[in-house]
Formats: sequence, C-alpha cells, structure tokens
Amino acid sequence: MAGVPKLDVLICGGASCISNHSHDIKDTIHEELKKKGIEEDVRVIETGCMGPCELGPVMLVYPDKVFYQRLKPEDIGNIVENHFIKGRPVEEKILVSETTRAIIEKEQEDADFFKKQTKIVLSNCGRIDPENIEEYITENGYAAIGKILTSSNPDEVVETIKKSGLRGRGGGGFPTGRKWEFVKNAENDQKYVVCNADEGDPGAFMDRSVLEGDPHCIIEGMSIAAYAVGANKGYVYIRAEYPLAITRLEHALEQAREYGFLGENIFETGFSFDIEIRIGAGAFVCGEETALISSIEGGRGNPRPRPPFPAISGLWGKPTLLNNVETYANIRHIILNGWEWFSSIGTETSKGTKVFALSGKIKNTGLIEVPMGTTLRELIFDIGGGVPDGKKFKAVQLGGPSGGCVPEEYLDTPIDYETLIELGAMMGSGGVIVMDEDTCMVNTARFFLDFTKSESCGKCVPCRVGLVKLYDMLDKIVKGNGELEDLDKLESLCYSVKKTSLCGLGQTAPNPVLSTLKYFKNEYLEHIQDHTCRAKVCADLVTYTIIPEACRSCGICAKNCPVDCITGSKGVPYVINQDVCISCGTCYDVCPFDSIIKE
Amino acid sequence: MNLEELRKLREKGQREMMQRSDNAKYRIVVGMGTSGIAAGAREVLTTFIEEINSRKIKDVVVMQTGEKGYSSKEPVVEVFVHEEKEPVVYGNINPEKAKRIVTEHIVGGVIVEDYQVVFGD
Repeated sequence: MAGVPKLDVLICGGASCISNHSHDIKDTIHEELKKKGIEEDVRVIETGCMGPCELGPVMLVYPDKVFYQRLKPEDIGNIVENHFIKGRPVEEKILVSETTRAIIEKEQEDADFFKKQTKIVLSNCGRIDPENIEEYITENGYAAIGKILTSSNPDEVVETIKKSGLRGRGGGGFPTGRKWEFVKNAENDQKYVVCNADEGDPGAFMDRSVLEGDPHCIIEGMSIAAYAVGANKGYVYIRAEYPLAITRLEHALEQAREYGFLGENIFETGFSFDIEIRIGAGAFVCGEETALISSIEGGRGNPRPRPPFPAISGLWGKPTLLNNVETYANIRHIILNGWEWFSSIGTETSKGTKVFALSGKIKNTGLIEVPMGTTLRELIFDIGGGVPDGKKFKAVQLGGPSGGCVPEEYLDTPIDYETLIELGAMMGSGGVIVMDEDTCMVNTARFFLDFTKSESCGKCVPCRVGLVKLYDMLDKIVKGNGELEDLDKLESLCYSVKKTSLCGLGQTAPNPVLSTLKYFKNEYLEHIQDHTCRAKVCADLVTYTIIPEACRSCGICAKNCPVDCITGSKGVPYVINQDVCISCGTCYDVCPFDSIIKE
Repeated sequence: MNLEELRKLREKGQREMMQRSDNAKYRIVVGMGTSGIAAGAREVLTTFIEEINSRKIKDVVVMQTGEKGYSSKEPVVEVFVHEEKEPVVYGNINPEKAKRIVTEHIVGGVIVEDYQVVFGD
C-alpha cells in the first residue's frame, strides 16, 4: 500500500531503553512484520528518550496512543498479531491508552507522571525520529531561524531573549539575554558560539537526552544565537561518554547542511554559520566555561581567572557565547511563541520550565520537565511516585556534587533559582537524587567530596588541598574517630574553600558538607559522640551479631565470610569473632533465617 | 532553502505525521474485532486510508479498534469529531460506502444518514 502507513510505532531509543535492549524489540518487530507481510502498514521509528526510564523498554503506538512498557522480545509476536493486525491492544503490557480507559484509571498514579509535566524542551523527545530532519521540520523545525533571518535584526532577537526572562540552564542561572548582549556588543570580526554539553553531574542526563532525542533543536538554537551575536562558527563540546548523542548530532549536522540550514547563505539571506563537534574526555571541571574553552583549543582542561569573561575574550581570545544544551533548546520556542508566552510560565524570577533527571530511591526514575515554581513534593511524590518499598523519605540532593540536600520540611518550596540557593542547594543542571532512611548523610557528604576531590584539576590550592582535607575529616567521622571540634573545623574550612577557589568546582564543592551539617547535624553528632550510624551504613560503626536462639547452624554465613571470622558446627550456634570482623554485611545478606542482627 | 520550500516540507510532513497529532479534526475508527474482520473491516480500513491519502486530506486520523459489540452491523465505523464526545456510528460499511463517507461526511461535513446506526432501532 502506498502513502502513509496505518500505524506509527515509536520505540524509545534513549540510552536507558537501549541498555534495556530496545534494539532487540525493534528487530523483533521488523521480523514479525515481515513474517506477517505487513511491513508497509506499520512505520517503526526509533525516538529519543520518552521519559519513564523505569518502565523501559517503552513503545508508543499511534494513532491509538497505546503506551507499552517493560517489553521483551517474546511479547512482540502477540502485540503484532493482536494489536497491529486485529486492533486489540495487549492490555497486560499497557501503561496508558486512550482506547482502554479502564487501564488509565487503574494506573492513575503512573499516569500522573505525564499529566503534571509541561514539555517545551522535551516536546519532541520521544515523539519524532531524531535521525529524520523532515520530522523535525514538520514540528515547526527551522521555522524560528527562518523567521528571524528574514524579519528581525540581531538587536531585536537579543531583546526578545532578554524580555523572555530565560536564564542559563547549566546551573548558575545567569540571564541568557544579557550574556547574548555582551557578546553582541563585543567588537571583533570573529566571534564564536559554543554549546556546553559536558554534562558531568552524577545522576544528571537531561542534556544527553535532548541531544539524543531532538538534536536539531540545538542546531537551530545555536544558529539563532550566532545570528544575534554576530558569530559564524559554533562548537558543541560533548563528552566522549555520550556516544549515541554524538552519533545523532553528527547525523543531524550532516542533514542540516544538506538542507541548507547550515553553511553559506542560509535562507538566502547571506547569513553563514556552521557547527563542529569537539569531544571531551569527560573531566568534570570541563563543564566550567574557561576550562571548556581551553579544552576546545586543544589545551589542558584547566580553568583561568575571570575577568576577562568569555564574552570578551573566549575561544582563541575571541568573544564567545557559551550556553548549555537546555538553554539553546528553549530558544526556538521563545522565537516562535513570543517572549510574552515564555515569561508567563514559571515564577517571578525564574521563567519557563526545567528538565530534571530523577534518580536514587524513587519509584519512577526518569526524565521530566515541569514549570519553574513546581514544588519538590510534586516533583518527587506526584511525578516521581515517592520512595519505593515503604521506606521513609530522608532528603533530596539537588544540583549534584555542587549542590546540597534538602530535607522533608522544605519539600513544599516552589523550585526556582533563588529558593534553592536559600535552602543551601542549587538548580545545577537538574539532577535530582532522592535519599531514603537507609542513607547516611555523613557518608553521602563523603561520597560527593570523594568525587570532587578526584575531579579537582589541581590548579589552585584551596580546591586541590582543601577538598582532600575535607574528605579526610569526613572519613574520620565516618570511621567513628571524629571529635566534636572537627565539626567547627569542617565548617570553617568549607567556607575558606568556597571563598578562595578559582572556579565553580571548588566554590561549590563544599555545598554537600554544609547542607548536611545544616540539616542533619544530629547525624554527625551521633557518629562522633555515640559512635552510631542510624542508617547502619558506616561499616566501622555497625556490629553484626548472630542470635544463638535463631541460628539453625546451617553454616552459610561462615562459608561466605571473606575474613573467615565466623565459627560454629552442626547443632551449635555460629558466632562472629568481633575482633576480626570487618562489618562487610555479607553474613547478614546471606543468612536464610534472618538470624543475624545489625546494630 | 527558503521559507516557501520550508513551508512545503512542513505540509508534506504534516500529512505523514497526522497520526501522531493531537489536533486531528476527525478520527475514523474502524472496528477490527474478529467479526469485523470477517465482515470485511480490513478492506474498509484500507479504503479509508487510501481515500484520505489520495485526496490529500489533512486533519484526519484513521485508526483501528477492537470489537464494539454491534456484531450484526459489522463492519462498524465510528467517526469522532474533534471536541465532541459521542461519535457518529456507521454500520454495514463496505469500501464503496467508505468512499461516500469520506466525500460527504469528512469533506462535506454532512452525516451520511443512510448508513448511520441509531441506537434504539
């Protein structure tokens, strides 16, 4: 049959679904369609991340809008036979469907995942084929750059972005329009625009998903920026750990050149612009703008003092505009829908939406987008589904290793740049890591410091030495050797490192320590004074004991003990030699009769 | 590439991606349960798609669904008009009748009363 197929089958090709073998699902569908001779009736499209990574691999079938979850290759035969051919969706694999309303009601809680979101940045992710430029064009793609090239001058574009209230989505929240204005006003015959796709926070994957799911929106956003500031060359700095995003972006760049959206004389207006990809080796510090610039130039990824800011002297000493992926992704929507529309979304100081990556102890891990001003409670409980396994919520870490934790009593705070700073956290790039009662906050602070001390570039002393000292103090407390005066030393060193470090890495790295000290000081005190860890995480503060009455003398604990410190024999309860025990917890995990207690 | 060429590409794409649109004015739903298929629903569905494509009609989505329970009237076709909850239900549809529904109802906006199933009959 010629023309448009009957069904569009969208299979999620985000990295999470791919690691859950969504390519096997796609291959199996192609095989089944071939077997049934209906290949032409069904169009199979691989999209970017659809969001609910927890439920992957996921698949969305149009026009019925049936959403399948947790697919396995063996489910496909049934779905092709009953749904694609006979029109009866396979209910047991469905999450949400327009045609089966009963299921929507049953899964109301899961459906909230979609309902409470507002998708601007992610509007195309999971809906279009990222490798097909024509699908992007259909969704009004390249209409924004076409519009401004033919009807606006650069001043008007900068003014529109300024009025929209858009702020940098990479973490700091600097007003985007002002940054553009600085670069526009810098006098030079050569300027650059750079996209920061060096997403380095553990638990953050927003930028990767946008590049994987809608690469053309970044190309268009950068083109608009280039026209506004007067640049003719762009770079996307992306980490080597994102191979799929790199492949899709490369493909998109080729297509954009082929269709004339990049290159010379774009839209027959005489405007010329092209973009190159620069792959970074994945150092956390390269997310910092001056380090990133140095890395693009081929130098070592070290930051330098500012001023001069990159807007005046950036890449190869030329005025350079540096924005994050998500910032560029907003641009075309602002141009097409107007700054009034954009600034009507969000709070007084923070406009638009923010994409968050939910991870940690949360039911619906995945990628979501909500208007600024949404509360953390809505984010974690309504959309995220709350903490699994009946555990109690303890805190949420926002902004990754540079951010801070927020305890339960502040969950009703509306999220914007200012409120998060007040709470001692920060927007960061949007990683949300949820922690439950089994998380030790002192150990968590140590974990983040372990990360930042390893990622410190070593150029300035406060960061290179200070972070190691902070780590050592935390390590001492975690091991039960802390003293009360350590807490004051810890706090004062945190402030010294923050104030004197050269770049954002050192200036923010103490935040996890300060915020846990602020909200969970009692846990620090318990570690120091009582030598206990309430979450029973810190091995040196936990003892394992076998209850003689409950022990059935099976010997499994002794067999699995890595230091052979458990003895006993048939009919005699086993005993742990506490002098040798390293509190690894293996015996606790393997005991089939729950006869071992942890305290 | 100029604005006119971009607009043409977009229009071409809109026809191809109509199935994924939330703004379709009409949704033609063909009952593809066992009795529907036995009565010829597959040919009816194909006819609808071909008619919509060959006439380059926008704003229409053709989709299939399961058994609705009107076995004696199969193939059954429901036409949902955007924003209206209740569909117009047509019974005993064949490819010829399907073409007439496209011409008169989808293009002309007039319900084909001859084929309409009125409940309570």
